[in-house]
Amino acid sequence: MHIELRQIRKYFGPVKANDGISLVFEGGRIYGLLGENGAGKSTLMKILSGYQPPDAGELLLDGQVQRFSSPAEALGSGIGMLYQDPLDFPPFNISDNYLLGRDRRVFLDYKTANRELREVMERYGFYLDLQANIESLSLGERQQLELVRLLIGGAQILILDEPTTGISAEQKEKLFASMRKLAHEEGKTLILVSHKLDEVQELCDHALVLRRGKLVGEIDIPCATEELVEMMFGQVPTRSERPGFKLGEAVLELRAVSIASYRLSMKDISLDLKAGEVFGLAGLEGSGQQLVLQACAGLLKPAHGSIKLAGQDIKGWTYHRCQAAGVAYVAAGRLEEGLVAGLTLVEHIELSHPKHKFFVDWTSARKETETRIERYQIVGRPDTLADELSGGNQQRLLFALLRSPLKLLLLEHPTRGLDVRSANWIWELLYQRREEGTAILFMSSDLDEVIERSDRIAVFSGGVMSRVVEAKKTSAEELGHLIGGQA
Amino acid sequence: MKTRRWITRIWPIVPILAALIVTSALLVLFGAKPGESFQAMFQGAFGDQSKTLSVLAFWVPLLFSAVGLLVTFTAGLWNIGVEGQIVMGAIAASWVALRLEAPAPLLITLEILAAMASGALWAGVTAVLKTRGKVHEIFTGLALNNLAIILTNYLISGPWQPPEGGTFRGTQPFQDAALLPLFANSRFSPLSLLLALVAFSMVLVALRGTFWGLKLKALGKNLRSAYLLGVSSEREMILAMMFCGALAGLGGAVRVLSWFDSLRQSISGGIGFLALLVVMLATYQIYWVPLIAFFFSAVLNGSISLQLRTQLHSSLGGILTGLMVLFILLFGDASKLGIGRKKEADEQ
Repeated sequence: MHIELRQIRKYFGPVKANDGISLVFEGGRIYGLLGENGAGKSTLMKILSGYQPPDAGELLLDGQVQRFSSPAEALGSGIGMLYQDPLDFPPFNISDNYLLGRDRRVFLDYKTANRELREVMERYGFYLDLQANIESLSLGERQQLELVRLLIGGAQILILDEPTTGISAEQKEKLFASMRKLAHEEGKTLILVSHKLDEVQELCDHALVLRRGKLVGEIDIPCATEELVEMMFGQVPTRSERPGFKLGEAVLELRAVSIASYRLSMKDISLDLKAGEVFGLAGLEGSGQQLVLQACAGLLKPAHGSIKLAGQDIKGWTYHRCQAAGVAYVAAGRLEEGLVAGLTLVEHIELSHPKHKFFVDWTSARKETETRIERYQIVGRPDTLADELSGGNQQRLLFALLRSPLKLLLLEHPTRGLDVRSANWIWELLYQRREEGTAILFMSSDLDEVIERSDRIAVFSGGVMSRVVEAKKTSAEELGHLIGGQA
Repeated sequence: MKTRRWITRIWPIVPILAALIVTSALLVLFGAKPGESFQAMFQGAFGDQSKTLSVLAFWVPLLFSAVGLLVTFTAGLWNIGVEGQIVMGAIAASWVALRLEAPAPLLITLEILAAMASGALWAGVTAVLKTRGKVHEIFTGLALNNLAIILTNYLISGPWQPPEGGTFRGTQPFQDAALLPLFANSRFSPLSLLLALVAFSMVLVALRGTFWGLKLKALGKNLRSAYLLGVSSEREMILAMMFCGALAGLGGAVRVLSWFDSLRQSISGGIGFLALLVVMLATYQIYWVPLIAFFFSAVLNGSISLQLRTQLHSSLGGILTGLMVLFILLFGDASKLGIGRKKEADEQ
């Protein structure tokens, strides 16, 4: 099947997720779709798979203009997408899960369903117990099941969104083998959305690179990895000169820490941070940076290893205990993890105060709030609700709530969604903290920010932490390789 | 901004008015005169002194539960178990009334304390199961409601049955010293109203003026953010539930010690569930709670004598309250309709 995308545009408010992308996919080939976070890969694939319509542009299947109003309609035309999180029903067993999407009669035809499932599974070498509950399957097995469902549904074009995150090496081999078979023997079109350069090199025939909503390059594979890296990250401006800062005593020490979550298991993470140091964690989202931050904050208990705060072992401490010891954590979701929608600024300031009496002294709380509004330049009044503030002001409020002094400040995407001026201002605030001896550990998917603001950098890729590099000496190219999982 | 906040504040009137209008339409449809019917209902509630006192006597225990529920709703908890907490309060007060002998002031104090402790403990079970066992409070609450009712039935027909034999209706009447002093031969006890007003003020102060109230508010609106801001959820949730349980238990004591004079089979009569409706209809605003509770009490008492005066069935009161519930669910939350909410940015 021949697919053509013409001048696809999709804007979310001021964000141009897809800004006029034109692409052609031919049958019988495996395409790699590459790009940083926010490059527009997912948006484009969601448009192709009928999950959302484009604002402008058209989609042609074998020369015919198509408009899909739902993923089911797209699958009917032969386009199927395998999401990072499988779209299945965990409490169901495999047959029921399959029938839910297909059988539209009153009585269910288990016999035919099971036969269909077995046939396709056998063809691609997947072995699953049809009576097993989805809950008991691993992520890789659920993925196989989704793939089978899409294939029986008649998919000629398969989109796989980061399919190798969280699955075992063996499952990955099996997946790749079936993908090759589908493309090269059966003539289907496969699109692999990925950031792992090795995988793209290993599997794909052709790579397409997106950056900031535009198609910035395409290349036949094999090619030199350098070329892919340059297309993905462009020319990152070199770091501006910043006066050196004299670092203090050790604040944070991670030794051989392992953390396990459903998606990711991380081993042997070791890190050192000194007072006043700014340490950046780069990498694509979900590569493990957040787990490390949460482990340092006491929000997540690591399986092994030790975490020391100023020489004291804090492994297994609760978040509140860490908080009392001088650790602060600012999460990325402002109104989900940090601010309380429906509470006013005064109420926030009062809540964040480490000491309090039985009765609230609203007069002095209000005075304190006014001082902080002034100091953190928040556009709002003491009685304004947190959810009435704009995003940038919510971020300022989050920083206004931090206690002082702090030993360790953990930040997720400190300036995400902010304009340059606000971002600079936030970093000025953070550098003031550094003067007080606070060590700052932050994650960001903005490579420029990591290089510009950090003293040292570590890159995460699929749960593995790279070597630690000096921000002054590194280049975007070096980091790009590390993000792509190449040492 | 000012006007929007005012709209949110007076919004509870809207579902009530809508329910009255639809009920009127229904009455017209069936050939009755709405004005006459509502007047009959009003007469039934406030027609003479004893009727008015009856409305007051029903209002007080409802008020106890409703102000207690304000606390749990603020903390984001669905204390469906409030009904069982009322029953447990009634049982504890009855135990004191049946088993102890003391001068009236002391006995009444003991009854009230026992009722509060019992209601608080019953609520505490739900709370601990929630924080430790991760069991949702609605399920525990419903189970404990049934247990409390079963316990009542057992006590009435077993250990506490009257000497002439169990009738499944109630225990024998309590000693006079155990009963709350009543006003003019009615079921209304001024002391209970005084206690209810104290409870109302306490909740008002707790929610508006104390750090505890602020923490509950934060927990109820966003557990995760509250946790990250340093609020520990477990202790506050248990305390909120027990606070509500104590007030509900006190309401139960008022039921056995003034509305009745003994422990009866359906001692609560659904007051706990009614209190949930009151608080939702009040859109969780404390000043509306006494007014709406009073309105409910008047409607329910008024419709009892409706049938005697008109040919209408007394279920008219039920229809009216039922419609109110429907309208709260439909548009009780002004902000969900896009009224009373605005981004700061739009203003500037």
